[in-house]
Amino acid sequence: MLVALTLAAAWPLTRTVWLSFTDASLADPAGHALIGLRNYLGYEDGIWFGVLADPEWWRAVSNTLVFTALSVSLEACLGVAVALVLNASFPGRGLVRAAVLVPWAVPTIVSAKMWAWMLNDQFGVVNRSLLALGLIDTPLAWTADPHLAMAAVVMVDVWKTTPFVALLVLAALQMIPEQCYEAARLDGAGPLQQFAYITLPLIRPALTVAVIFRALDGLRVFDLIYVLTSHSPDTMSMSVYARQQLVDFQDLGYGSAASTLLFLVVALCTVVLIGGTRLHLAAQVQR
Amino acid sequence: MSRSLRTLGACLLGALVVAWAVFPLYYALVTSVTPSGRLFDVGWWPAGWTAASYAGVFREQPFALNILNSVVVATGVVGVSLLLGLTSAYALSRIEFRGRGMLLGVVLGVSMFPQVAVLAGMFELIRWLGLYNSRSGLGLSYLILTLPFTVWLLTTFMRDVPRELEEAAIMDGATPWAIVTRIFVPLMAPALVSTGLLAFVAAWNEFLFALTLTLTEDTRTVPVAVALMSGASAHELPWGRIMAASVVVSVPIVLLVLALQRRIVAGLTAGAIRG
Repeated sequence: MLVALTLAAAWPLTRTVWLSFTDASLADPAGHALIGLRNYLGYEDGIWFGVLADPEWWRAVSNTLVFTALSVSLEACLGVAVALVLNASFPGRGLVRAAVLVPWAVPTIVSAKMWAWMLNDQFGVVNRSLLALGLIDTPLAWTADPHLAMAAVVMVDVWKTTPFVALLVLAALQMIPEQCYEAARLDGAGPLQQFAYITLPLIRPALTVAVIFRALDGLRVFDLIYVLTSHSPDTMSMSVYARQQLVDFQDLGYGSAASTLLFLVVALCTVVLIGGTRLHLAAQVQR
Repeated sequence: MSRSLRTLGACLLGALVVAWAVFPLYYALVTSVTPSGRLFDVGWWPAGWTAASYAGVFREQPFALNILNSVVVATGVVGVSLLLGLTSAYALSRIEFRGRGMLLGVVLGVSMFPQVAVLAGMFELIRWLGLYNSRSGLGLSYLILTLPFTVWLLTTFMRDVPRELEEAAIMDGATPWAIVTRIFVPLMAPALVSTGLLAFVAAWNEFLFALTLTLTEDTRTVPVAVALMSGASAHELPWGRIMAASVVVSVPIVLLVLALQRRIVAGLTAGAIRG
């Protein structure tokens, strides 16, 4: 049965790779011919064509990388900060811990819509507040302005997924014995030193895992960008690009080629990241 | 002195975190009850009270049917995932066979698949099975998302169950099926709840497959219905109705998650920390 499971997962992937070497269209997937690598890269009459020659694809690649780098680093910093707050003891801590789960539970589509409304250029509460505070003179077109769209997408992603990072880090924080801090205090270490030399090294494995998970999610991002900024080239991710070719342009072969490339990118990152942390975890155990 | 000061600081930061986390949902609620004419004087409180947006959501499209679709698909996916996950986890954690470690690696690898990469093949498969634009087709495609982590989580949870219990059962002549149902299911009930909830949330929130593998309004799941909601013209989005739908979709799942938050956190952290 496990074999069947693996097959069920592997089959569609294999078909996608296969289709990427064909000229299949969505309207008639059965009637297709092998065309080799022409979906990836081809050269005819002095013109390069294929996914790898499409500037929009490279735009999508760089968008995805920028999005992933920005959102994951912000989430890591905020996640640790939130986890530290959740780990402190104060009245109402249970309430805060519960509230943190709210963004995680809200469906991505819904959070994208809620933020789209809050960031609405004319009637959005964000622009109104910023205007009222005198921070801006004119309303900002958050999701339409090329310079702001990426910031808006990153912001929504940070809102939605920081809780995940925070919860993982919190679980690690709770396992740090109090004696470590007592010993540090006796040795005269200040709060910053305690954080740098005790907290950070001890939560690093959990933080690494969270960052890997988030990075792989970031590379695959689809729904958030699709709903918030649709097919705007300023934020289009690799997944959005591939689906647009596949479904909207009905080009099954070309879209499959883009999907296969995305798969290769993610697979490569997975191997590099997981390989990197294995070594790291092994070092932790040896110490 | 410094202690109480620190508590105060933590309280303030905590309040900030709560506000940041809950505000968008609160604001959606405010918008959804504001009469559409007054939607554009932005305020922190509802400028009036009306249920018109909620009525509109259900009148303008088959939203009740969309909810039913989501419930049926998500419940079905959870049931099948748990059943298959539990039996696979038993095999992976208890039966010695060649390539077990590699198989676990593959299972984890599948959960890293970009969804788009299987989209073309999945589309073809679903069409070939004649399940395009149907709930069962959608449910089938979701299994590829939920099964890997269900298997992974249940395997890590199952490692904590002492072997002696099964050995005793085997001595008493229990079959593997009896061991799974009579020993593991009762012992792992909390783990099953954690895993099932995560699978439910994943299926409830899924968008890409739901968008691509359905065609008509009446087979859509709620995320697709919310995303594709439009007004009389492309420039005039019915924000009141969209927010009402958002509230209807989110509130049950948020309440479910809050009610079972311990189990959710256990599931999320077990997968990551031990995995």
